[in-house]
Amino acid sequence: MNALNEILSSVGRTGLVLVRALRYFPSVLCRSDARHDLLRQLYATGVRTLPVLTVVSFFTGMILALQVGLELRRFNQEIYLGAAVMLTLIREMAPFSCGICLAACVGSAIAAELGTMKVNDEIDALKVMGIPPARFLVAPRVLALVLMAPLLAFYCCILGTIGGGLVGNTQLGVDFSQYMTSAMSMAGEKDLFVGLLKALVFGLAIGVVSAKEGLDTSRGATGVGKATQRSVIVSFLSILVFGYMITRMCYR
Amino acid sequence: MDTIIEFKNVMKRFGEQTVLDGVTFAVERGEILAVVGPSGTGKSVTLKHIVGLLEPDAGEIVTVTPRIGYLFQSGALLAWLTVAENVALPLRETTDLSDAEIDRKVEAALASVELTGAAEKYPSEISGGMLKRAGLARAIVRDVDVVLYDEPTSGLDPVTSGKIHQLIVRLNRERGITSVLVTHDLPRALKIATRILLLKDGKAVVCLSPKEFVKSSEPEVKAFLAAMKGEVL
Repeated sequence: MNALNEILSSVGRTGLVLVRALRYFPSVLCRSDARHDLLRQLYATGVRTLPVLTVVSFFTGMILALQVGLELRRFNQEIYLGAAVMLTLIREMAPFSCGICLAACVGSAIAAELGTMKVNDEIDALKVMGIPPARFLVAPRVLALVLMAPLLAFYCCILGTIGGGLVGNTQLGVDFSQYMTSAMSMAGEKDLFVGLLKALVFGLAIGVVSAKEGLDTSRGATGVGKATQRSVIVSFLSILVFGYMITRMCYR
Repeated sequence: MDTIIEFKNVMKRFGEQTVLDGVTFAVERGEILAVVGPSGTGKSVTLKHIVGLLEPDAGEIVTVTPRIGYLFQSGALLAWLTVAENVALPLRETTDLSDAEIDRKVEAALASVELTGAAEKYPSEISGGMLKRAGLARAIVRDVDVVLYDEPTSGLDPVTSGKIHQLIVRLNRERGITSVLVTHDLPRALKIATRILLLKDGKAVVCLSPKEFVKSSEPEVKAFLAAMKGEVL
């Protein structure tokens, strides 16, 4: 019963962080100081994630191409390799990989940063000065994730498709231009829209969950470690749950 | 004397632990009130109630002014801002003052805590004493009526502690800032405070002038003074 209460209370607090962050999004875009901070967060989000995401995307595409290509070859259908890789990436793997990288690289950093600020009384100091932490700290970080996640997912999709094409060409004998034609012919606007929507929702979930865990931190360095760990675990679970829900809603 | 902050029978519990158990006292305008007592008796919790960081479970807290500054134990400066940017933060975020006006106020606040030379330094580049003075500059930059000091000299050497105490007295005398000072440094508190409030087991035992405090026949005060003497020796 206690565990259930704790989970419900945690969900409630996460909802509260979400509502407060959304409420301050316009203020982040309108105020010049806040816009400057948003740019800093956009840069940090992109820079922190890009190296890992580049490697992850490329290898995801290569693995997909190899696994799918070997099966297609059994039926002499290698011409569909591009379509299979592109569709899998754009619908699922690109937003998923992007979400996982963002949770590990950016979400954990947000939880650790806000957690450290909490145990060092910096969050309380902001409240005493009349500066809502939701406006000053949470909203720019969450908005940066919301804006950056679809861009990074698109980047992941392009890079993964190229990686798959290289494997198809060098190991399965599929012509690269034929692979790209197949890839571009099957992926539709809806697939792109759903993929980017997923990435956007993942970005929002990671930002809100990480901020909530950071702001809930207590008990010094150990607490910061636990908050960071929880932020990654809950973000991963959120990515899986929201990923399934969006797929279920958009593809019936 | 008029009362600027008043605690009326304030109770606060954290889980099973009662931290404040019917605390009643008043802070008079213009005074320096030192809050002393053994660790874990609710001194910092008392300060947090004054600025609304904590809400009492029962009882009432009346604050006449909203213009209250708070110096946290660690200084609580934001690591990615310079000292000057930290001091300017409350003005930039909560007022419509022009950049020139903010710069003027920040300069004046830094000058009053003798920290003008460190304006462009980051918190990681300055000493513990400077961190506290920068925190104090940020607390007073908004023309406050009251400053709450949470262990302003903890972790500092005696010379720097002395300077911080001089600063508290100077701000009180020159700008009429009412001060509530949570401290373990009883000898210095006896020198600079107008009154001493002893908290023990979540209760306000006495609130007396330094002279009355050292002569008090209250058993808790005697025990506290004896314990402090033992600590000093």
